[in-house]
Amino acid sequence: MADKRDEKGTNRPKLALHVPEPKYRPGDKVDYSHLDIPEPGKQPRPDEACAAKETYPLCDDLIRVLGDDNKAHGPWDPRLDADTLRQMLREMALVRAFDNRMYRAQRQGKTSFYMKCTGEEATSVCATHALASDDMIFPSYRQQGCLIARGYELTEMINQIYSNKADKLKGRQLPIMYCSKRLNFFSISGNLATQLPQATGFAMASASKGDSRIAATWVGEGSTAEGDFHSALTFATVYNAPVIFNVINNQWAISSFSGFAGSERATFAARAIGYGMAGLRVDGNDPLAVFAAERWAADRARANGGPTLIEHFTYRAEGHSTSDDPSAYRSAEERDEWPLGDPVMRLARHLIELGEWSDEQQEEMDAELDTKVRTAMKEAEKNGILGHGLHHPFHTMFEDVFEELPWHLEEQAEQAIRERKIKFPGDPAE
Amino acid sequence: MNDMTTEKAAVATEDAGEVREMNMIEAINSALDIMLERDDNVTLLGEDIGYFGGVFRCTAGLQEKYGKTRVFDTPISECGIIGVAVGMGAYGLRPVPEIQFADYIYPGLDQLISEAARLRYRSAAEFIAPMTVRSPFGGGIFGGQTHSQSPESIFTHVSGLKTVIPSTPYDAKGLLISCIEDNDPVIFFEPKRIYNGPFDGFYDKPAKSWKGFDAAQVPTDYYKIPLGKARTVCEGEALTILAYGTMVHVVESVAREKGVDAEILDLRTLVPLDIEAIEASVEKTGRCLIVHEATRTSGFGAELSAMVQERCFYHLEAPIERVTGFDTPYPHSLEWAYFPGPVRIGEAIDKLLEA
Repeated sequence: MADKRDEKGTNRPKLALHVPEPKYRPGDKVDYSHLDIPEPGKQPRPDEACAAKETYPLCDDLIRVLGDDNKAHGPWDPRLDADTLRQMLREMALVRAFDNRMYRAQRQGKTSFYMKCTGEEATSVCATHALASDDMIFPSYRQQGCLIARGYELTEMINQIYSNKADKLKGRQLPIMYCSKRLNFFSISGNLATQLPQATGFAMASASKGDSRIAATWVGEGSTAEGDFHSALTFATVYNAPVIFNVINNQWAISSFSGFAGSERATFAARAIGYGMAGLRVDGNDPLAVFAAERWAADRARANGGPTLIEHFTYRAEGHSTSDDPSAYRSAEERDEWPLGDPVMRLARHLIELGEWSDEQQEEMDAELDTKVRTAMKEAEKNGILGHGLHHPFHTMFEDVFEELPWHLEEQAEQAIRERKIKFPGDPAE
Repeated sequence: MNDMTTEKAAVATEDAGEVREMNMIEAINSALDIMLERDDNVTLLGEDIGYFGGVFRCTAGLQEKYGKTRVFDTPISECGIIGVAVGMGAYGLRPVPEIQFADYIYPGLDQLISEAARLRYRSAAEFIAPMTVRSPFGGGIFGGQTHSQSPESIFTHVSGLKTVIPSTPYDAKGLLISCIEDNDPVIFFEPKRIYNGPFDGFYDKPAKSWKGFDAAQVPTDYYKIPLGKARTVCEGEALTILAYGTMVHVVESVAREKGVDAEILDLRTLVPLDIEAIEASVEKTGRCLIVHEATRTSGFGAELSAMVQERCFYHLEAPIERVTGFDTPYPHSLEWAYFPGPVRIGEAIDKLLEA
C-alpha cells in the first residue's frame, strides 16, 4: 500500500512511527532539571466537596508540603501530631529494614522471589494512615507498606515469603502476594490492574448497602495501560463510587519507562479529567503530602463526593524484583539524582526540625528495627524455608479450589499423596 | 535425547549455514533475527522486548540491529498488544507479539479469539491476521500460579488458531520460522523450563544445560520445520507416548530409566495435529499414554484420547492413559507435587503395560 502511494508521487508528508525513548540509559549522565518540581506549599487545596474540575489544575501540578528547610508548608500540611509522624517514620523504616533482609534471604536461597519498595514507602505507609482501618485496600504487589501500617505481624509475612508450613496462604502464592481479610487487605494477584475494577465494585457494594467504608487501590503507572484501568474508572465515575485510585508513578515498569504508559503526553493524574472525577498529583516522596492527598480523597469519598485518582510521583530505587537487573536498561545515576529525595529521611529531618527527633534516635531505631526483622526471620525459619520439606500437607493443594472437594479432586489428592509415599518411603510427613 | 532422530537431517536444508550450539533462547533469537532480515514486514512488539531484549532475553540485540520501529516495547496491555497486531496485519505487516508470560495472555483473549482467529473467515479472506504470538509457558521455575500455567487447550479449542510448542532449540527455530511465515494466527508457546537446558523431571538433580545435546546443534541460517509434523523422539514397540514441550524430555527419561521400549512422539504442533503419525504409532504398539503439564479436565489430552479412541479403537490392547497436572491452580511450595513427574508417569506406564 505504501509503495503505491509513493509511485503516485503524492505530496502528502511521510508518516513516522514514534517509539518513546527514556532520557537516560546505562552509563548516561543524569540531569533532572527538566522536571517541573514546584515549591512546597504553593498548591491550592480545594474543599473536599468541590466540583471535580476544581482539582484539574492540580493534575498538572505537584502537591508538596515538606520543603528543603524540612518544614511543612501550605494548605496541604495535614498538621499531624508528633506521635503520628514518628509512627509513620517508624513504619516506613520498618518496611525498608524488612525489604533489605528479605532481599538478602532470597539471595541466600530461602525463597524464590522478592520485591522491594525502596523509595516508595510513603505511598503505601502514609496513604494507609489516611484511611480508616476498616476501609478496604486492594493492593498491587509493592504495597507491603500498607500491611505493615496496619500492624501485620512480620513473622506472618515471612512465613508467606518462605511458603512454609505456617504460611496462612498454605504455600499457594508466590512470595509477597499477601492477603489479610482481618486487616481489610485484599488478596494480591500477579496479574496487573485486575484489582482496580474490584476496588470499584467493593466501593459500589458499600455504597449500595449504605455502609461507611470506602475502598482504596494501588497500581503502578505502567499497569494503567491495561483495559481494567479504564473499566474501573468508568464504573467509578458512573456510580460515583467511594474509591481512591492510587497510581504509583515510580517511572519504571520493569525496563519500560513511564513513556510507555503515556507520560510523554499527559500526567497520570490527568487521566481523571477525561472521566470527570477528582484528580490529584502528589510528591510521592513527601510523606505529609501523600497523607494529605489520601485523606482529602478519603473524606471526599466518605461524604458521597465520589472517586479520586491520585498520582504519586516517585522513583523505583531498586530493581522491579529479585529477577530483574536495572543496570541493563537505566542509568545508575538516576537513583542518586532523583530530585524528590528519600521519604524516610525527609520525614526524619522534619521531625528533627520540629525538635521531636534526633539523629541518634534515628540510628537507634534503625538498629532496633533490623533486630526486630531478624528476630521475626528466625521465628519464621522454624516453620521452614522454601523447598525444605516443611510445607503444608499435600491434601491442602486440592482444598479451596471449590468450597467442597469434588470427586475428581479427591481422586487427584489421593494420587498426589500416593506419589509422595512412593518417592519418600518412610517419610511420615503428609 | 542425544540420538536426535533422522528427521532432523531430512528437514534441515543443506544450505542452512554453519551449525552452532544454541540454547532455546538463542535459537528463538536466531529465528527472529533471520525473519526480520528476510522480511521487512516482520515486526516485533511486546513488554520489555526492545532495548532490554525481553525478560528471558529472546529478543536481545534485535532492536539495536533492526531499529525501534521494527522491534519495540509496548504499554502493559495484552489486549492492546494483540489488538494492534491485528491492525498491523490488516495493513500488511507480519507482527510477532510477545506476551511476557502465558499467564498474562487473558486480557488479550477477545482480540485473539473473537478477532484474529476469525478475521479470515468473516471477511472471506479479504483480511488476514498473520501474527505469531510468542509466549513462555509452563511451570517448574517456582513461579507460582501467575508464572507457571499451560493454557494451550484454551487456544486449541478456538477455530482459526494454530498452536505450536517446541521441545528443543533446533525445533524452536525451525518451527518459529514456519509460524512467522504462516498467514494465519499462531500461538507459539515456549516451555520456559527448558529454555536453558532439557529437564528430565528429576528436580532434585542438578539442572542440565543444552550443551552437548544434538538438539542444540542449530544451523545459523534459515530453515523450516513444517507445522503439523510430529517428531519421533524414539521408536519402540511396547507403547506409544504422546507429549509436547517440557514433557517430551520427562517421558523420555522415565522410559529410559524404566527400560521400556516406548515410542515417543513429540507432537510439536497441536493444531494442526499430525494424526497420521499418531495413528501409525498406536496401531503398531496398541497402547497409548498421553502426557501434558496442563490441568487435566478439558486438557488437550482429552482431545488426543478421543481421537485415538475414534481412530485406533480396534488396535488398542489397553485403555488409553492420561498423565497431567492436577485440576488446581499451580501451587508455589508444592510445585513438584503438582508437576506430572517421573512417579506419576511411571505408574501410568506400568498400568498400561500390565493391562
